[in-house]
Amino acid sequence: MENKEAYTYYVMDICLLAGQIMLQSGAETYRVEDTMTRIASSYGIEKTHSYVTPTGIIFSAEESGSAKTKLVRISDRTTDLKKVTIVNDISRRISSGTVGVEEALLLLRDVDKSSIPFSAALQITAAAIASGCFLIMFDGNWHDFLPSMLAGGFGLFCLIFFHKLVPVKFFAEFLAALAIGSLSFFFVQTGLGEELDKIIIGSVMPLVPGLLITNAVRDLMAGHLVSGLSKGAEAFLTAFAIGSGIAVVLTLF
Amino acid sequence: MNILEQIITSFVASAGFGIIFNAPKESLIKCGLTGMFGWIVYITMANNEFDTVFATLAASFVVAVTSTIFSRIYKTPMIIFSVAGIIPLVPGGMAYDAMRNFVENDYNTAVSLAAKAFMISGAIAIGLVFSEVINQVIRQSKLTVKK
Repeated sequence: MENKEAYTYYVMDICLLAGQIMLQSGAETYRVEDTMTRIASSYGIEKTHSYVTPTGIIFSAEESGSAKTKLVRISDRTTDLKKVTIVNDISRRISSGTVGVEEALLLLRDVDKSSIPFSAALQITAAAIASGCFLIMFDGNWHDFLPSMLAGGFGLFCLIFFHKLVPVKFFAEFLAALAIGSLSFFFVQTGLGEELDKIIIGSVMPLVPGLLITNAVRDLMAGHLVSGLSKGAEAFLTAFAIGSGIAVVLTLF
Repeated sequence: MNILEQIITSFVASAGFGIIFNAPKESLIKCGLTGMFGWIVYITMANNEFDTVFATLAASFVVAVTSTIFSRIYKTPMIIFSVAGIIPLVPGGMAYDAMRNFVENDYNTAVSLAAKAFMISGAIAIGLVFSEVINQVIRQSKLTVKK
């Protein structure tokens, strides 16, 4: 009996670790719940309940005797779609029965420890190139390509830098937008750029909360009203932070 | 406006977003393709006198369908592809114009621009919903056929 109880807790640990990694890396709520239920049922625990919000996971397994419940608090969320893919893959393998209990926990711990696939420098470069491309997509001329690239790359650099300095995400976004606005204004003043509006719009795009918008919609549709609304609120606050950063620049100059 | 220019830049921009969101390396090209398809639909419709809201709706639908197909083929979560794909459709320019008019105390123009930006965001959401619904209908009909 005691052995069985220990086994149940062990499986619950696996489920919660998988759920935690997915939620922290930016998966949708329904995918997190689905993954946890699937892992539990493939390890022989059929009756499980999970309640997932962006800030915490409650997972409960019903067994003969009393139900066991565990809670995990999620404090910081990043965007790391590679981890979501890997955990999704592990969960598929568990469902097909090829991965044992011990191996699953080891695999998940490896994923949890692994670092992000792209370095910050590469991400900043990508943001810079994307900003330049957005300028062209929004009808800008090639003359403004370089200023937009520099402003966009600098914007993401500021976001990463300020986010390390100040843990408040919205303030970091505000400062990054402020930096983008000021730099674009500087470029136009010195004659490097021509259209201030186009440069700002292009270089602000890397800060846009695209993942949050998509996830908010998908969560609301799947019936996860709490998660959907709170992700929508986060997306709105981010948009508001970027908007006010740019507004400050426009008022000052 | 040169259409080839648009195709290339939208591909590069969406793939770049794949890098910012830490998508797996092998999926970057598919992220780019998803974004490119969506943007081609949007830009052709917007150039042919369609309303921007409707063009955004159609484009986000295309993005969602493309990412569902990719996720089926490669057995990966759908959001990897759709997230990078919808970024170009986000009404950043309009939101910026609204903000500038607010700052310049031209509230009438500002509110109408903000309402338009809000409508476009809604269109993105509805496009995603549509494809999801169709997807689920297809999945359910498949299940009944198998039984």
